Amino acid sequence: MILNASGCLDALAAPEVARSLDAFVSKTVTPLPREGNAPPRIAEVEHGMLNSIGLANPGIDRFLSHTLPRLAELGVPVWVSVGGFAAPDYADLCDRLDDRPEVAAIELNVSCPNVEDVPQSVGEIVGAARAATRKLLYTKLSPATADIAGVALAAQEAGTDGLSLVNTIRGLALDERTLRPRLSRTAGGLSGSALKPIALAAVYACYAATGLPIAGMGGIACGRDALEFLAAGAASVSLGTILFSDPGAPGRIRTELASEIDALDVGELDNAIGLAHVEPTPACDLAVPTAAVSSQ
Amino acid sequence: MQRARVRVAGAEPIGPYTLLRVARGGLEPGAPGQFFMLEAPGRPLPRPMSLCLAPPGELAFLIDPIGPGTRKLCALDSGDDLAILGPLGNGYRLDVERPLLVGGGIGIAPLPFLSEALGNPPAILGFRSDWHAEAAQIVPNAEVVVEPTYVTEALSPGYDVLACGPEPMLAAIARLEPGAQLAWEAPMACGYGACYGCAVELEGELKRLCVEGPVLSAEAVAA
Repeated sequence: MILNASGCLDALAAPEVARSLDAFVSKTVTPLPREGNAPPRIAEVEHGMLNSIGLANPGIDRFLSHTLPRLAELGVPVWVSVGGFAAPDYADLCDRLDDRPEVAAIELNVSCPNVEDVPQSVGEIVGAARAATRKLLYTKLSPATADIAGVALAAQEAGTDGLSLVNTIRGLALDERTLRPRLSRTAGGLSGSALKPIALAAVYACYAATGLPIAGMGGIACGRDALEFLAAGAASVSLGTILFSDPGAPGRIRTELASEIDALDVGELDNAIGLAHVEPTPACDLAVPTAAVSSQ
Repeated sequence: MQRARVRVAGAEPIGPYTLLRVARGGLEPGAPGQFFMLEAPGRPLPRPMSLCLAPPGELAFLIDPIGPGTRKLCALDSGDDLAILGPLGNGYRLDVERPLLVGGGIGIAPLPFLSEALGNPPAILGFRSDWHAEAAQIVPNAEVVVEPTYVTEALSPGYDVLACGPEPMLAAIARLEPGAQLAWEAPMACGYGACYGCAVELEGELKRLCVEGPVLSAEAVAA
């Protein structure tokens, strides 16, 4: 299953891109409208980009009255990403979404690097959200933690159905002439291929610790990247930065991933999930050419 | 919105700039003032470029090599290929009676295509040096001023101004000509409303330039 990473696609501005996904994930909705941070908000860096958009969104009232009905018309399952600053915010947002049939799933964004306030503990937030909704509930975690598997376990114990891994990680870029920060808010969230190994480590650790379904994301740009996320333990993949340069990426990556699965000779795509955790068989060891081993 | 991988037909220097010509590859040129996202070889993000000219079978972009992406684009050669996406955004309204094109520096980029669409109206172009002013050759009927003279000093009243250039120039034009159409630029990762990076303040709110613009009325910006 291929999704977009929250905040990386406006389905109403580009409906044909949204329709090429298996589900569309909304930009994070907060209790009140947010204009977002002052520009400049993005900066390209080597192997990725920084953003400090700052959760610009119309707020839950307008989202429910104006945005959600139009998203439902696209004919693609809609996941709604929600964000707040305390557990009651998340509970209220989930409660408001719970009776809306247009909503296929709720993603709890407990990890935006671009807002000042630090959310309460993940366990408290997930517990409050769980009590407020029967919808499929995913929790999106930050890789900027010493023990992401521990956080994932806390989310699991509190009732999350799945994990979205990972959000961006804070980074800084300086102007080449002035040596001043390029973003108005100094630092921003790093995404793109630079994030991929960090995200893979998080997926690997959380899959091993929880066994929960994982939406893997972080620098996925081709079918091979998607396959690696599946092998690390993701059940679905989400596209972020690649959508900016290639709006046709969902279809392309779906095709490339199918070829990768064929070449792997494991049958169904689901059989690739978690392959990185499987001990190699002796036959596999013997298949490695001697020259390749001696050159390592 | 279409994306195609197209072949470079030529890359000619004009003063400090490069006129990059690519095969159309089935893409429409769109309206003057609209833009395309050009893949910058080896860089994570594409670069937004106004269409400069639409020769038969080609699309041409005027590029200023000021950063790692634009330097890569200017280094492209005939036969290289790159992905481009477009046309994007909203261009100039062409229903004007007495058009006057005003451009500053690399902001002259959309004016040759605009001039062609409007029947080669008069133009005023400003540059920071005689070397930069060599680019004026691609805009017909152009009066050229070089710093310390500014385009605003050469403006006459009674025209429908269609402008593109650096922010201080556009802000000065907006004060002088509230009915002007101004093409702005902003850092942009996607060009089609996905990244929210190109926010500009319009009518008191932050809005996406790629969705609302890049051509905006002077009143919208001043409000």
